[in-house]
Amino acid sequence: MKRNAGAWGLAWLATAIVLALAGYAIFFVAPRELTMGEIQRIFYFHAASGMLADFAFFVSFMGCVGYLASRQSRWDWLAVAAAEVALAFNTVVLITGPIWAKPVWGIWWTWDARLTLQFILELLYVAYLLLRVLVTEPDRRAMISGVFGIFAFLDVPLSYFSIRWWRTEHPQPVIGGGPGSGLDPRMWHVFLFASIGLLALMALMIRDRYRLEQARWELAETAAEFEATAEEEVETKGASR
Amino acid sequence: MSLARSAGVVLSKELRIELRTRDLTHTVLFFVLMVAGLFSFAFAPTAAESRRILPGLVWLAFFFAGTLMLQLCFVREQVNDTLAALRMAPIDPFAILLGKILANFVFLAVTEIVFMPVFSVFYNVDIGAVVGRLFTVLFLGTFGLAVVGTVFSAMASQARMRELLLPLLLLPILAPVLIAGVEATAGLLGPEHLLERQWLSMLGGFDVIFLTATWLLSGFLVEE
Repeated sequence: MKRNAGAWGLAWLATAIVLALAGYAIFFVAPRELTMGEIQRIFYFHAASGMLADFAFFVSFMGCVGYLASRQSRWDWLAVAAAEVALAFNTVVLITGPIWAKPVWGIWWTWDARLTLQFILELLYVAYLLLRVLVTEPDRRAMISGVFGIFAFLDVPLSYFSIRWWRTEHPQPVIGGGPGSGLDPRMWHVFLFASIGLLALMALMIRDRYRLEQARWELAETAAEFEATAEEEVETKGASR
Repeated sequence: MSLARSAGVVLSKELRIELRTRDLTHTVLFFVLMVAGLFSFAFAPTAAESRRILPGLVWLAFFFAGTLMLQLCFVREQVNDTLAALRMAPIDPFAILLGKILANFVFLAVTEIVFMPVFSVFYNVDIGAVVGRLFTVLFLGTFGLAVVGTVFSAMASQARMRELLLPLLLLPILAPVLIAGVEATAGLLGPEHLLERQWLSMLGGFDVIFLTATWLLSGFLVEE
């Protein structure tokens, strides 16, 4: 584990460099959007974070399914690591969204389909983490939160369609949204570059969070073992007296 | 014992307990009455406004009443130390959940039957013309609430601060039911008494999906 510490450090460094370059590219390489102006540059991190957050929520769901199917703790570590990182990315989306919306739409927030969906996801996964905090026993926590994670994820398509039928103002997909839609090639390249940087960041964060969960679990195991041996010793001493 | 029969036994046990203690009936009926009044004080709606806000208000009132009621569903078993006995019974764990889901559904449906007319009077909205369809919508939504609520009540009962936790788990996941239920109710109470099919399928779909999930995952929920 320590052998690889250098390699992971390098990975972090590389990610930082890519993200810094992406930041530069967003401001100085990508062209200025015609109608929205400079504020549109928020799109690169906003949309990429949104996509990645949704992806990480899905990873968390897979972790829940994996745990319930196999009962191996590592799936549970994956589920919680992905959920936490997804929440962080989703929070970025929910904060950058209004900053972009205010000058363009004239309002900070609207109950449009995609905004509402990301908002509901935020609520659902905060609830997921709360549930984890409040169930103390590790195996039980993994099982209960696994079931909750599956329920939460099943709710996503239902929420999506109910909100879509309800109202929607968010721009129709620009990327791959049919003829006439699409990005300037330079915008595309910057967007891909920013997405790759954020994806690497997300992967590293999930990995670190996973290791933390693993370390906590091993610590709890060791503590339990230690306590058991200590109790045994007390008993044998008591018996010899 | 077949699933239907064992779920029926659990259901009748729940109903019998409720008939003897009447804890839920008293608290929930009072709660909904109170909410109906408080909303009116808070918004002081005119006739047109009440028609507009009533659908949302009714659903929120029943949701909050539901979370209040569902708290007790598993806590009761813990207080009386009867959960272990239920688990040991030679029946499918899904039957235990199903019995409780049905019981909670019955309690909530009774609350709605009692209080829909009260809301109608308090807010001067005539429901006579649409009563059948209105209750179809309400019951479809309520069943979804009962399914997810019972499952989450089983989860929350194993956590600390369970009374606080249940609404936090339950309310976000009910967003599709709230949207579909309110929209369908608003359509029914509107001038043309329209019921759009998509809202019915959303409510029905929610029920089917989560009942199936409960069936598949029941083993993890009612396990020691």
